[in-house]
Amino acid sequence: MFCILLLQTQLLLANAEVVAFSDESLRPRYQQLIEELRCPKCQNQNLADSNSPISNDLRAQVQRLLEEDLSDQQIKDYLVARYSEFILYRPEVNKTTWLLWGSPVIFVLLGMLVVYRLYFKRQGIDPSSPDQSSTQSDSQITAQDQQRLDSLLADREQQ
Amino acid sequence: MNRLALFLPLSLFAALTLVLMLGLDKDPTELPSALVDEPFPSFSMPSLQDPESLVSKQDFADEVLLVNVWATWCFACRIEHPSLNALAEQGVKIVGLNYKDQRKAAKLWLLERGNPYVFNIYDEQGNLGIDLGVYGAPETYLVDAQGIIRHRRVGVVDKRVWEEEFAALYLELTGTAPVLGETQ
Repeated sequence: MFCILLLQTQLLLANAEVVAFSDESLRPRYQQLIEELRCPKCQNQNLADSNSPISNDLRAQVQRLLEEDLSDQQIKDYLVARYSEFILYRPEVNKTTWLLWGSPVIFVLLGMLVVYRLYFKRQGIDPSSPDQSSTQSDSQITAQDQQRLDSLLADREQQ
Repeated sequence: MNRLALFLPLSLFAALTLVLMLGLDKDPTELPSALVDEPFPSFSMPSLQDPESLVSKQDFADEVLLVNVWATWCFACRIEHPSLNALAEQGVKIVGLNYKDQRKAAKLWLLERGNPYVFNIYDEQGNLGIDLGVYGAPETYLVDAQGIIRHRRVGVVDKRVWEEEFAALYLELTGTAPVLGETQ
């Protein structure tokens, strides 16, 4: 596993060396972009990792667009206009993706609700809080029960 | 009320299972088409037959046509070619986009297998391919008389695909109904 990782980083380094920029400051942006953009032909690989012809072409295109002084967003928009949002590994938040982006928050809130309810339910029957439990049981005895209890106690005293 | 709440995890699980099962039916290799109902990108490229002459979107001449992306290295294009020949015989205008190919091999291919194309765009670098969002040959686009892409097919066009995806739209646009046989 480690060997594979090592090999892959070396391949990546080799890959990066081939690309020549007029301005070295473009290189980190290039690297960032090709890692965030997805190869349209392969299943689940980014442009940086893929060696398919279409990925080679798209990497070259990204480089060209960087040299043409386009912003990262403009480059992404350019590719989305041609290859659809499939090409973005980090999709934009819009009306089809809000659930995808929102679901972690929704699940955390749901989890908090469950924990909250479990915690307070348990506390309700906890003997360590006698105020709650005693007032509850006091009020639960009806007048009828009280009468019966009184008569039983009276019987016992007579014996 | 409390008893019903006990079924909540089970029903959530059932809902999730249903969603994931629907997902299984989707073809993961198929991309959503970004260019359907958008104008075909303008271009100016050499023609395949004559390196000296340029072809452009003007050559579409406001006609309803198919644009077929093909290459000699593309195996599925071999299977598709007879269908294109059959469509062309029935009067369908097909423009070829020879994609990242060698000119000599491509010309030979057309001599050997027949030439169904009105003309061929020679896209050696795949630039028009990128503008179209091409990610695998063969691809076929139905372009209307206004130059708008109305349908895109990634993969081979055969009898089934023609009937299911193209025939109705083509009839609506042109009033003609070319058919493909089983053998093609």
